[in-house]
Amino acid sequence: MNFSVVVSQFWPLLINGLALGFIYVLISLGYTMVYGVLRLINFANSEIFMVGTFATVIVSRNFFGFNQNTDPLHGFKLVYTLGACLLASMLVSGVTAVLVEIVAYRRLRAKGTNRLASLISAIGVSIILQEGVRILTHSVPMSNPRLLRKAYIFNIGSVGLRVDTLLVIFFAAILFFLVDRFVSKTLLGKAIRAVSMSEETSKLMGVNLNRVISATFLIGGMMTGAAAFLYETVYENTKYNVGFSIGLAAFTAAVLGGIGNLRGAFLGGLSLGLLEEFAAAILGTQWKSVTVFLVLVLVLLFKPNGLFGEAVQQTRV
Amino acid sequence: MRLEIKDLHVFYGKIEAIKGISITVNQGEIVTLIGANGAGKTTMLKTISGLRPVASGQILFDGKDISKVPAHERVGLGISQAPEGRGIFPGMTVLENLEIGKYFRKERKSEMVEDLEKVYSLFPRLKERATQAGGTLSGGEQQMLAIGRALMARPKVLLLDEPSMGLAPMMIANIFRIITEINNTGTTILLVEQNAQQALQRAHRAYVLETGHVVKEAKASDLLNDPAVRAAYLGTGAANH
Repeated sequence: MNFSVVVSQFWPLLINGLALGFIYVLISLGYTMVYGVLRLINFANSEIFMVGTFATVIVSRNFFGFNQNTDPLHGFKLVYTLGACLLASMLVSGVTAVLVEIVAYRRLRAKGTNRLASLISAIGVSIILQEGVRILTHSVPMSNPRLLRKAYIFNIGSVGLRVDTLLVIFFAAILFFLVDRFVSKTLLGKAIRAVSMSEETSKLMGVNLNRVISATFLIGGMMTGAAAFLYETVYENTKYNVGFSIGLAAFTAAVLGGIGNLRGAFLGGLSLGLLEEFAAAILGTQWKSVTVFLVLVLVLLFKPNGLFGEAVQQTRV
Repeated sequence: MRLEIKDLHVFYGKIEAIKGISITVNQGEIVTLIGANGAGKTTMLKTISGLRPVASGQILFDGKDISKVPAHERVGLGISQAPEGRGIFPGMTVLENLEIGKYFRKERKSEMVEDLEKVYSLFPRLKERATQAGGTLSGGEQQMLAIGRALMARPKVLLLDEPSMGLAPMMIANIFRIITEINNTGTTILLVEQNAQQALQRAHRAYVLETGHVVKEAKASDLLNDPAVRAAYLGTGAANH
């Protein structure tokens, strides 16, 4: 154990923890929004993240023709290349999420089966996606070309802030803000909240349940896809099972904040990111995943509604 | 507007809840369904709104069979409901609850202001509470909100499921007065009630339901004076009628 590192490395740990936390926030939106409307844990969300990472890598490598030897980009070219990768990831993940719902959940729901059937279907579709990509990529990891020079752009005290870390925090915060506004202000957002409170009454209001559910999967999937892009910008590689551990961490974040609750996902994601980063610094990086699962177990044991479940109940998706 | 239900059968799993009921609701009427718990009153309303599938029989709305139309499209035809237990969205504000009542005609934004004004003039209390979460309202206010929300859809026929349930006598009188007021502006009403006394005083016609059957159909005023109905549904309270 090394507590002195918390003091000497406080700012870098804080910034990196926030960046990781913001990636968790976006992915946990995928879990939490779907849970809100369907009371279903969409275990396939980790694979929706995974296909998103491949979308970014494939667009930058195959569409723009970048590789490991390409120099980082500048100016306008950098902006539109990153923009194209972000959009590709959001689109691929969003569409995948919608298709997963139509193929794996919708018909079960129409037959009125219980939630256990959907849960098993979720695990099934997760395995299919993962194995499908494993076969397509021959289990070989793919690396993302470095499009963005990882320069230190300015200092807080003695600590340099890296441009990719700031990009993650900046974009994730904007996207979260937009989703939060969308859900609270637009009519479709209100319909999503209405369905999460009562399916039956929502139908009486003329809400087309399937359409609202598709919209929810689309938004959740798009946020998960954006997280995949940001993850690639920082970590620069992916493989077929990349979603497993990060998906579980994001799920933990959602549970930590109180699943079904947007702001809970926000607080849960940031808390978990910071906790992981500091725990890794104090205990050693091998304890990173242990921390996540320990948090999950403790939350489920002592605070099954999540740490912020009660306080932010009113803002439930 | 004419709602005609012919030989309706509805099941919950293997249990037949509605065993061949036929009722008619004409333009401008208040029609009430009275009966004990489990008679099938709520199931009737849920089936008319499309929340329960029809096993056999017809639901004719202006002569057209709508029994296969999905629930979310029926409100667009002009059938809206204030459901049993009110169904307020607890985490949404009063205003948001009203706005969602207009969900199916979302393209007609201009109507929103006008209809909100109408609902607020009917229920001034809702205007005072507009920014408050629906879940924090009293029972009576929630009932007002449920009825107001149903009116936002500009219904041809309004289905009310037990609007007096759990309310104080003053509030019950208030709600029934407003029901008559809504009816006077041309909205047809199908009312399900356990409070038979109030329902029969307000309604034009009534059906008495027992375990999934209609056992009596008459003018409401006649049922008020019917000794059998008084004994079964009006209890001793009817003695001072």
